[in-house]
Amino acid sequence: MAITAQVAEQPAIIKSRSPLAETWDNLRRSSAGMIGLSLIVIHLIIALTSPYWVPYDPLEMNAKIANQTPSLEHLMGTDKLGRDVFSRSMVGGRVSLVVTILATIIAVTWGGLTGILLGFLGGRADEICMRFVDAFLSIPWLLILLLIVSILGTEMWVQIFTFGFTYGVSTIRIARAATLDHVTNDYILAARARGEHKWTIVTRELLPNVLDVLLVDGAMNWSWMLLGFTSLSFLGFGVPPPTPDWGLMIAQNRQILAIQPWAVFGPVIMLSTLIIGINLFADAFAKALGLDRSQGAPV
Amino acid sequence: MNDIFVNIENLSIGYFNKRGMLIHVLKNVSLQIKPGETLGLVGESGCGKSTLGQAMMGYLRSGSRVLGGSIHFSGQDMFALSVRQLESIRGNKIALIPQNAGKSLTPTMRVGKQIIEAIQLNADISKDLAKRQMLDLLSKVRLPHPEVMSERYPHELSGGQQQRVVVAMALAGKPEMLILDEPTTGLDVTTQAHILELLRDIVTELGTAMMYISHDLGVIARVSHRVALMYAGEIVEDAPVTEIFRSPAHPYARGLLESIPRLTLAGIPNSMPGQPPIPGTLPGCSFAPRCSFATDICSSEPPEFDTISQAPHLVRCHHWKKVVTTDFSQELVRVYQAVEHKIEEDPAIELSDVEITYHRPGLIDRLSRTPTPTATVSDFTLTVRRGETLALVGESGSGKSTIVKTISGLLSAKSGCIRFAACDLMVKVDDRPMDLCRQVQLIFQNPDASLNPRHTVAEILDQPLKLYFPKMTRDERRERQIELLERVRLDGRYRLRYPGQMSGGEKQRVAIARAFAAEPEVVLCDEVTSALDVSVQAAVLDLLADLQKERNTTYIYIAHDLAVVRAIADRVVVLYQGRICEVGTVDEIYSPPYHPYTETLMGAVLVPDPDAKPKLLASDTPELSPPAQGCAFQRRCPKCIPNLCVTVTPPWQYAHGVDGYKIRCHIPLHELLVDQVN
Repeated sequence: MAITAQVAEQPAIIKSRSPLAETWDNLRRSSAGMIGLSLIVIHLIIALTSPYWVPYDPLEMNAKIANQTPSLEHLMGTDKLGRDVFSRSMVGGRVSLVVTILATIIAVTWGGLTGILLGFLGGRADEICMRFVDAFLSIPWLLILLLIVSILGTEMWVQIFTFGFTYGVSTIRIARAATLDHVTNDYILAARARGEHKWTIVTRELLPNVLDVLLVDGAMNWSWMLLGFTSLSFLGFGVPPPTPDWGLMIAQNRQILAIQPWAVFGPVIMLSTLIIGINLFADAFAKALGLDRSQGAPV
Repeated sequence: MNDIFVNIENLSIGYFNKRGMLIHVLKNVSLQIKPGETLGLVGESGCGKSTLGQAMMGYLRSGSRVLGGSIHFSGQDMFALSVRQLESIRGNKIALIPQNAGKSLTPTMRVGKQIIEAIQLNADISKDLAKRQMLDLLSKVRLPHPEVMSERYPHELSGGQQQRVVVAMALAGKPEMLILDEPTTGLDVTTQAHILELLRDIVTELGTAMMYISHDLGVIARVSHRVALMYAGEIVEDAPVTEIFRSPAHPYARGLLESIPRLTLAGIPNSMPGQPPIPGTLPGCSFAPRCSFATDICSSEPPEFDTISQAPHLVRCHHWKKVVTTDFSQELVRVYQAVEHKIEEDPAIELSDVEITYHRPGLIDRLSRTPTPTATVSDFTLTVRRGETLALVGESGSGKSTIVKTISGLLSAKSGCIRFAACDLMVKVDDRPMDLCRQVQLIFQNPDASLNPRHTVAEILDQPLKLYFPKMTRDERRERQIELLERVRLDGRYRLRYPGQMSGGEKQRVAIARAFAAEPEVVLCDEVTSALDVSVQAAVLDLLADLQKERNTTYIYIAHDLAVVRAIADRVVVLYQGRICEVGTVDEIYSPPYHPYTETLMGAVLVPDPDAKPKLLASDTPELSPPAQGCAFQRRCPKCIPNLCVTVTPPWQYAHGVDGYKIRCHIPLHELLVDQVN
């Protein structure tokens, strides 16, 4: 019993810290990560509140003031239909943010769980499914998106599921590869020897170990989806006009680029700041989780 | 001063942690190594041994810095050299041999070419000459058929052969000093003994100085001339090898020696409680909290080095005079406590004629009728009685883990019968009823791998509780967790910790608690102490023995360390290539007559005694698969009878009836006995 007493004196030294708190601590130290996070947060706030404070109604057309360059009245000038570019740029991210955020959640969930399951099961099921994944990923993504959207229509829920499904396929690969690193560990063997159900092993033993990879992959996927959604809008398969949307705005105003460049710059600045923000955050997040370092015991 | 080759003076190394606190790794380390001398560096894990070894190569881990002191290598200050100069010294004058040889070889390059590269890096010579030197080196490290071996890739070599190649590479630059960081940990006893003999020969032949880092005192006793004992970043005792093993003057040295299980003594040795503190955190002697000699002065004033003899024998302890006068050998006998528990007559697990094979014939194999290779485990018949500890002993590849995995249902046997009480264990774990899964539990070798790093201890213990006792409420489970932790002698507050925040011994206790959460009848222990320090090993063995007494649990214990088996087992099964060689009680196994294989194993065990010399066979290479017919051990057996053993499977020989001691050998028992007693 001397040992119990010995041990009891020590716990005061090490405070139990959850991995979440540890990650947040690391993230806070990275200035790039904090810039990225602030950009994302600013964009989210703008998307949520902009309809209440933008100076003009983004849908209001006025042919008299078309193609105006920036002035005090119109900060970014007006487009060829005389709509305020600044107001449209602020409001223009709402649809794409809703679609891509929901689609990211779907992609990470379905792709992640499928990938972990395949990595855990291995064998023939894994082999066959992965060949389908490879085949799917060999088709250009824009082609797939156009194909599905042109068959099923451009309603918002269709787009959410299209993006979620398409981008989830690449997550399968990532999740499977990350799972293979862990599946040979003894704790998986221990769980199997206990007689745990396969699904319990996937969700309780493997998921917490793969989650960091999935989260970073999700963040990267989010930025890819934004690009994808904007591309669809640009091609006319996204949001129907006259709803303000970055991709649509670029498409509509590219002819007047020489006269009123701000009608294109506005949405481009908004889109690129968000994507840069997401990328900076994802990089720092990966570092904070220790994905690029060997995972040692915390000292 | 001329006879000092390496001179380390007052070396302190440390790093700043995240909160900006200075953490010492080494504190005022002073050591001298003479040319041609082997210094053994011993201590528990986390004592700073590897940091010292790396610092001698002029290498510091990122973030750490030299806080004071110096390392002089034949007169040159290692920390004053430029990167260029250091590069020319490394490999050329000092070479490091790391723990995991397999990982330090390039997997896609033939080993011969890797050695040639190392030779040409240090000497500007032609390719032909380098090749000749390479073959020369390979025969120097006693690899059979150097020409053939040099054409192989690392994965085509066994662990021992890989380690020999790494030694050859280290010798390529004709270094004046070798630093070996646990080079034999993880190798089989026989392989380890052979590598150590090789290193001893090289040192005498080439006059190379060595620093040998290890936690294994048996190994240290065999190779070193002098031993430095490290504790919490400090050298606490520095003495010639015979003095430190015969009359250790530091209580830590005694504690370590006492905690080693011995081949000649049954029972579990005394364990040393606690673990090393972070260096520099205690005002007095770092060892004081764990020391039975400690008085008030120990916790307030750090002890200075005292000279015991001019050998030189130095010790850093306030009470060494008292320690030296306390009789050591007497104490050693007293501390070993025999394990007492009840063995019932009725069987817990019965295995009969079990055959296990990893080979699955493909379609083409079946069509072409390719003969199937011999099974991994074959003809395995054994009865494990309720409440007994049965040890399975053998080198790696002997099928020990395969058998345990089959019993736990992770593998399926090809034929035969395995029964537990009234249940059939031939089915895989997915098809077993939950209550059967509950009664057979498994504990793994390495707690780092067997505990999920993302779960707290509470979550880890919760899993078997939720699975086997679904009716338990959350509060009941919480209480059980605390109770389980207390049973493995951990504080209830450990519930909130993650595995990364615990020491190796603590993690293994949690793994044991997880197995016992199921209230099992049979616990399968797969090398549960081989990843732990000796001081911790004794405590874990003691814990296992205590837990066994509570519910009369049956243990099947896998080990390659014969001394550990001697400490804990009731009966022993010696396995070679999945075939049983010898079965009997510990006393029967550990005294003649031995099976020739058991004799080989026993001979290779390194005893913590500088005068003991292992008895080794001239050629002893591990095999990868059993022979198609005859005795499994035929190719390595020194007593092999040419025509008989190669063709005929040896018969069982019984000493006291069918249930007692039995041995499988063609040589009659009395002949073995006469041969081995002499």
